[in-house]
Amino acid sequence: MARVSGKEVTTGKLAKRAESTQLLAGVKVVEFSWVATGPLTGKYLADCGAEVIKIEGRTRPDGHRTARPTFPLVRDIKGDISKLNYGKFNLYNTSKMSLCLNLTRPKAKEIAKKLIAQADVVLDNMSAGALDRMGLGYEELKKVKPDIIQLGSSLQGRDGPAAKARGGGKDLVALSGFTNIAGWPDRKPAELGFYTDYIGPHYNAVAIAAALVYRWRTGKGMFIDMSQCEAGLQFMAPTLLDYAVNGRIANRMGNRSTYAVPHAAYHCRGDDRWCAIAVATDEEWQSFVKVIGQPAWTQDTRFSTFLERKKNEEELDKLVEAWTVNRSAEEVMAMMQAAGVPAGVVTTGEDLVDRDPQLSQERYFRVLDHPEGGSYLVHTSPFVPSKSYDEVRRASLLGEHNEYVLKERLGLSDEEIAELKSDGAVE
Amino acid sequence: MPEKAEGMLSPYRVLDLADETGLLCGKILGDLGADVIKIEKPGGDPARRLGPFYHDDPDPEKSLFWFAYNTNKRGITLNIETADGREIFKRLVKTADFVIETFPPGYLNKLGLGYSALEKLNSKIILVSITPFGQSGPWKNYKAPELVAWALSGQMYTWGDADRPPVHISHHSQSHLHAGADAAVGAIMALFHRETTGVGQQINATVRWSAIRAAGDGSAPLWYAGKINEQRGGGSTVRENPGIRLREVWPCKDGFVLAVLGSTSQGRFFGPDFVEWMKSEGMADNFLTGLDWGKFDMRTITQETVDRIEEQVAGFYLKHTKAELYNWSVKHDQQLNPVNTAKDVLESDQLAARNFWVKLDHPELGTSITYPGASVKTTEAPIRICRRAPLIGEHNQEIYGGELGISKEELSILKQTGII
Repeated sequence: MARVSGKEVTTGKLAKRAESTQLLAGVKVVEFSWVATGPLTGKYLADCGAEVIKIEGRTRPDGHRTARPTFPLVRDIKGDISKLNYGKFNLYNTSKMSLCLNLTRPKAKEIAKKLIAQADVVLDNMSAGALDRMGLGYEELKKVKPDIIQLGSSLQGRDGPAAKARGGGKDLVALSGFTNIAGWPDRKPAELGFYTDYIGPHYNAVAIAAALVYRWRTGKGMFIDMSQCEAGLQFMAPTLLDYAVNGRIANRMGNRSTYAVPHAAYHCRGDDRWCAIAVATDEEWQSFVKVIGQPAWTQDTRFSTFLERKKNEEELDKLVEAWTVNRSAEEVMAMMQAAGVPAGVVTTGEDLVDRDPQLSQERYFRVLDHPEGGSYLVHTSPFVPSKSYDEVRRASLLGEHNEYVLKERLGLSDEEIAELKSDGAVE
Repeated sequence: MPEKAEGMLSPYRVLDLADETGLLCGKILGDLGADVIKIEKPGGDPARRLGPFYHDDPDPEKSLFWFAYNTNKRGITLNIETADGREIFKRLVKTADFVIETFPPGYLNKLGLGYSALEKLNSKIILVSITPFGQSGPWKNYKAPELVAWALSGQMYTWGDADRPPVHISHHSQSHLHAGADAAVGAIMALFHRETTGVGQQINATVRWSAIRAAGDGSAPLWYAGKINEQRGGGSTVRENPGIRLREVWPCKDGFVLAVLGSTSQGRFFGPDFVEWMKSEGMADNFLTGLDWGKFDMRTITQETVDRIEEQVAGFYLKHTKAELYNWSVKHDQQLNPVNTAKDVLESDQLAARNFWVKLDHPELGTSITYPGASVKTTEAPIRICRRAPLIGEHNQEIYGGELGISKEELSILKQTGII
């Protein structure tokens, strides 16, 4: 047990309810993935009960095992790469097993194929076509498992002039158009990190789950070609239609909205503390006015109608901020929401972990024990099934399940395993 | 309207009661082939008031937001707050596999349409509920429109300039789309579970959880692990050279590009070839042309050197268009990408080559409109977006009359009494 927000939090197993099984219990997945989109797709499946075996190589492990230690989880790895388990890797790879193979060795490919012959789903997000070049493409895998569901998650798809273009999550945020509509109209766009890396996995998980249903109905597998750009564009649709029919190019609006005012993050008491307030309807405006004590300016004709408030928004924002700045962000949020006015603290990680009255009553964050990094905090599935459960287990060390997979799943003997190790196929 | 082709979820029916918070969930199921019936209040769903609008005409039949997230759905009107409306809804529940709803916690229970009631009508039903903060807890009745949801996600705090307030992504709601997509993941997994075990259930999704998950870098894990709050202000860092801050988004002649200074071996946008290009246009000073490429190493570079390089590169970018810079980077296998506008996206060669866009007929507008196409391409039962969003009550006759056998006279009465 560990503590979050002063409450005990389960660190591993949840008591199994007699009538329940996990949503994807019995589904077997082989994952060749790295960094974010692929691993997060596998996390969706693994946290919901699929058995996910993640195959990595010692010379080329998941990049997030060796990435900059954003999260100071690992104290001292003493040069042992198998213990390199930095934060993002551990966040994005919960509940999976780890098998370490050198896929340049023919015997390693044989092992992978044997596992795939027992599997339902194969998942990768290496550069488009990389698995085909390794002899693990869909046409090959269909020979060992005719109804396999294989998903290739790539930046811009498997074909077309940009199929091989260099890039990563940040590039796709710019390419898909998000960057251009984020930030202040008088400044360059805001940087949104790897935003589309967190859209792609939705569509990957949707496609895999739907393909499992389809295979259950028809017995047919399929190949799924996911372009992270095209998945991302699903979240840009209204602005794309706006250009297609009206010729309008959507641009940055800061925190302003066409159908709400006041609509901004307001400075509150304390250093860099903010509360977002979003007033859309007349009813919300009337409640808002009451919450701030009906100061005289609220009766001014410049603020009496929506159109007037919109016209005088800059001045209105200053007046609102003059009220918020003397109060804590939490107090502003509580007063507004109690009166039916949408408002929310601009939360930091500290707010979420140490003082969030809603999250502390939920099981969204779990604290897991890690043999190398002490305990760490992860998020679980973003939905709660009423008759199933999710179970989030810590991410695995590199090759942690070599023996289990080779012995229990493939039935290999100690001698055979030793041979594979000396061959270099198993690392 | 063209008929829908066989899709992965073709045999399944969805009753979609969602507002703008959850419209994407039904669209995802519909695009996969499910028969999605969008149920609106008589007069139309409030989400029809969300812009932008077709030819800027704010008409409930012309909301582009509505168009975007209701493709492949049929539409009926029904007031489930009336006894007759509830009876009709219950008849439909018996034919359905999913119900999607975004009502406040407890609302459906009060109407006698909560999960336990629906389960009695149809034990296989999967009820998908999306709320701002969940069905219980101190914030369960709080509101979470887009700006508030992002504020509470831990992500917005890190977006924007250090000298300005935190900022979110402008225009339509992103957090609601994440919640709708997460709800769809849960819904389809629950369907798989149901088909393999016979058990239906309720899937509860929340806008806030989805927004936190979309903040994938994890402000909460970072705080838990190291008592660190990530700051806003943008820029990239160098793994082995902490403290170095690199620009990411740069103005250029016709907009912005995204590039991070780095050595050519990392595929980043810099190096002798690039300096040669700058020099050929008289835009590289002696410092740049004198760089010793054998010793150029981001692991040991100083911020002063970075600043000197970036200053000249910034000036060079301003003289060139997104296309010129991007084409050069592709040719030289380096990493620079345009900050695309909606126009650039619609005109993308890559998306055209992939046949991404689909045209849907809008006969009542006398036109067809270009829509974003399938989220994924598959070799079996492909996603086909073939039906524009329904008009208000467009399929009332088809479903109430044709399927439920309600007579014209009864339909007329139901309409006059505000039930449909």
